[in-house]
Amino acid sequence: MRIDCPLCGARDRREFYYQGAAVMLARPAPDAGEAAWDAYLHLRDNPAGQTRELWQHEAGCGAWLMVTRDTVSHVISGVEMAEDVKRAAL
Amino acid sequence: MRVAGKGLIDRSRRVRFSFDGKTYGGFAGDTVASALLANGVKLMGRSFKYHRPRGVLSAGSEEPNALITVGKGAQAEPNVRATVQEIYDGLVTRSQNAWPSLDFDVMAANDLAAPFLGAGFYYKTFMWPKRFWEAVYEPIIRKAAGLGALSGQSNVDTYEKAFAFCDLLVIGAGPTGLMAALTAARAGADVVLVDEDSLMGGRLNAETGAVGHQSGAVWAAGVVAELSGMENVRLMSRTTVTGVYDGSTYGAIERVSQHHAERSGGRPVACFWRIVARHCVLAAGAIERPIAFQNNDRPGVMTAGAVRAYLNRWDVSPGKRVAVFGNNDDAHRTARDLVAAGVHVVGLIDARADVDVGDAAYPVFAGAQVCNTGGRNALESITVRTATGEHALQVDCLAVSGGWNPTVHLTCHMNGRPTWREDIQAFVPTEGAVPDMTVAGACNGVFSTAACLADGVAAGKAALKALGKRTAEVEVPVAEDAPYALEPLWAVAGKGRAWLDFQNDVSVKDIRQAAAENFKSVEHMKRYTTQGMATDQGKSSNIGALAILADATGRAIPETGTTTYRPPFVPVSIAAMGAGGQGHGFAPERWTTSHKRTEEMGAPMIEAGLWYRPSYFPKAGEATWRESCDREVGYVRKAVGVCDVSTLGKIDIQGPDAGKLLDFVYTNVFSTLKVGRVRYGLMLREDGTVMDDGTTARLGDDHFVMTTTTAAAGAVMRHLEFVSQCLHPEWEVAFTSVTEQWAQFAVAGPKARELLNGLVDAPIDGESWPFMACGPVSVGGVTGRLFRISFSGEHAYELAVPSRYGAALFDELVARSEKLGGGPYGMEALNVLRIEKGFITHAEIEGRATAFDVGMGRMISAKKDCIGKVMAARPGLVEEDRPQLVGLRPVKADGALTGGAHLFDAGAEPVRVNHQGHVSSVGFSPDLGCMIGLGFLRRGPARMGEVIDMVDHVRGVQTRVTVCAPVFIDPDGERVRG
Repeated sequence: MRIDCPLCGARDRREFYYQGAAVMLARPAPDAGEAAWDAYLHLRDNPAGQTRELWQHEAGCGAWLMVTRDTVSHVISGVEMAEDVKRAAL
Repeated sequence: MRVAGKGLIDRSRRVRFSFDGKTYGGFAGDTVASALLANGVKLMGRSFKYHRPRGVLSAGSEEPNALITVGKGAQAEPNVRATVQEIYDGLVTRSQNAWPSLDFDVMAANDLAAPFLGAGFYYKTFMWPKRFWEAVYEPIIRKAAGLGALSGQSNVDTYEKAFAFCDLLVIGAGPTGLMAALTAARAGADVVLVDEDSLMGGRLNAETGAVGHQSGAVWAAGVVAELSGMENVRLMSRTTVTGVYDGSTYGAIERVSQHHAERSGGRPVACFWRIVARHCVLAAGAIERPIAFQNNDRPGVMTAGAVRAYLNRWDVSPGKRVAVFGNNDDAHRTARDLVAAGVHVVGLIDARADVDVGDAAYPVFAGAQVCNTGGRNALESITVRTATGEHALQVDCLAVSGGWNPTVHLTCHMNGRPTWREDIQAFVPTEGAVPDMTVAGACNGVFSTAACLADGVAAGKAALKALGKRTAEVEVPVAEDAPYALEPLWAVAGKGRAWLDFQNDVSVKDIRQAAAENFKSVEHMKRYTTQGMATDQGKSSNIGALAILADATGRAIPETGTTTYRPPFVPVSIAAMGAGGQGHGFAPERWTTSHKRTEEMGAPMIEAGLWYRPSYFPKAGEATWRESCDREVGYVRKAVGVCDVSTLGKIDIQGPDAGKLLDFVYTNVFSTLKVGRVRYGLMLREDGTVMDDGTTARLGDDHFVMTTTTAAAGAVMRHLEFVSQCLHPEWEVAFTSVTEQWAQFAVAGPKARELLNGLVDAPIDGESWPFMACGPVSVGGVTGRLFRISFSGEHAYELAVPSRYGAALFDELVARSEKLGGGPYGMEALNVLRIEKGFITHAEIEGRATAFDVGMGRMISAKKDCIGKVMAARPGLVEEDRPQLVGLRPVKADGALTGGAHLFDAGAEPVRVNHQGHVSSVGFSPDLGCMIGLGFLRRGPARMGEVIDMVDHVRGVQTRVTVCAPVFIDPDGERVRG
């Protein structure tokens, strides 16, 4: 498996650290309530198809990436800098 | 038997090798199989279960029978296919799975018991008594069944792994692969062409047909010569692609020096490749399948294509009187080649009744079948069943062809399932099964040489198009374009055992029995009968077996389906996959700048993550590590000790929002910290448990340096990156790891300042350097950093210098500390010193403990948000009943404490329901004269002074202990400020 890091180019997945679903980008406010925090930390969709997930190019540039990947075909259809995704959402 | 005037072996180079202790001669270019056949040796192995005599079946990597052990002693390699192993002078080979000898194998008695040993035999027979399985049945079965044995010695050979990148990977260098590679290479694509054979050309080396105006083999050699002269082409022979993975990544095993004697000088035996290709052309060819009939496993029965290969490539006729049995046109090619080479063809038994034989130069039995064979350890006769009855024919070789199966394996490694083609009675790859792969030639069901050459060009062009490159015209040479017609025949009806899977001794009867017992799914059938298992993975037998299963269950073949094809395509040595990972290569080793000196002082090293740290520094006259440890603890408590603490993670944090970041990742406030001061911080995970702790120093308004624990340095760095990139990209802050850039040493003990004042260029005092002060210092003209922090509770400092001065500084610190009655201390002493003060490490913050549990609940600032704050407040995490940090002392001074032991109320039965907590860290305190410990006890802080029981069920230790505050020395912290 290879991930096309926007800074470094296509690299073997061994260079990357896998975090999990990209919902981690949307940290709830401290007073968002139990349900929101429970969802943020614990509840994950498990789709057969497109997922958005966070990887870090840990053995490379250190960038956190949002990777759009199909869990059935393993095809990666998009790699964005998590920083850019988060900025756009701010 | 050699046939003169043919073949591709080098008759000028004689080679001698041994098989089962006997020396044989051959020629350069021979495999063990071809050379043994040339010497008249047909018996090459014994079967897995029944120990039936077996000879070579094939001429390629699909070989199920002729498995041998190559080499001697530690270098012995079992289960090598004799059809793949090339011979060289001095090669030593042995047969397997036979005792006392291959010719006379005692275990062949199993064959007589065959009626009782069919499919599912083990499952039915060895059920009772239960404990007999491990004790009696399994050892006996394992001894009787089996392949080659490992040497039992450490592997002394060298292996390698490597990576390659290319525009186009072409798998297989037969007519299709060569044309595809040529087409792409001439257009300028970066091509890697791999082939598992030692000689590129594929079937062209085994056939007599011409390509253009040359023989196929000569034409192939010409193409290979052209390709090898091109800079954009890499040719890899003896390399088998073993697996296809995501992202157009291919695994491949290269036999680097398994074909010659020179293995010295670090030259690897084999190399495991990971090849990343933008596009791939799969031209893996096809594998011929046998036909099942009674006793079709006798040595001398071979596939028809293999007989042709031995004849045309290796100048060997596997017999003097040969019969051919087939259901297709291709079988006739074998008969024609044999006749042309002057070998007596006794007859061709063609199962098809309406076959047009033309003017064949050999007797043809149309509409007939071979229904049995005779002979002992080699084939002597066959029984032919015709419309008029059964006739015996005296033959010493039978060439069998049940048709060809395209080698679809690699196309199925990414979940693809092959498609059944009725016209060729075989599975072909399903279009698009592997992204960026074009399948061509025999692998795609294209069988004539002319069609393969044209298909190779088309595949090369398709690849170029996919790569966005322009195509150059390539002329397709003229070659045979014979039709391939066949009539399905999987098994000849009759009594007795007709073999499908030679390697696992699975017969037609076994498959039918599995179906009768309702193991009707092809995957169930496989596991019940062991069909298709072991080293050959049923390459020549799987399709036949599932055809029988389809018949037995009344389903069509495509409906029955195939089992799952998984990597690797051929066996791969674990040593090659893990090349470089043995011994010191297992993991990187991180050494501090004091490593060399530390080793010179005889300190045993312990691993801390990838780091190596001294356990203790032994001195003459000390008999145990405890003596050394006690002495080193004394240095720090009474004089001065020095310790390399460079392994702690150091992260340099800069920017106007650095304080904001620290406030967010630590539970306590850092933005208010004054420049020149240090603060202890606690870091949580978002779920509220403790992640790490350490000190952070403020070196300037916008400049901090954070220390992490040795173990969590990487995780903390990743965490900071996550926070700054994923949660707060708007903050202006940047950080980088400087762990490797600074060598840092603890100087601890009442004489610490005295030591430093002889060393630093300007003397320090308590006023300018109070507890928790930090700042630059000059050490021999070098600017370093001094931190007045303590992990021992003593008056202590940490002195950091750029790493290149680390070794020199350590030498200096050791010398100066020794003059003051102290010296270096290791991890054992460091551990005792911190337990005496109740300082936590990852033995306490092990991923479950909360700030509340370690007594730091109040460190979570109420004034601000931080990672983990919300979740740390969950009721379950701040319950008074939770096990919380306490100190533990034995009631009797000689009582033992052990890490990991459990805590119970005094006198309570030490069982799970009574569990009150556990011991996390222990050590012997020389000052207290007894063992002390830290642990987690339910409602611990409310139970000071209570006497409880410590029970270690694993080590068999039980000690009565007193609960105390987790600080054993200087509870008011006077020394550290002194």
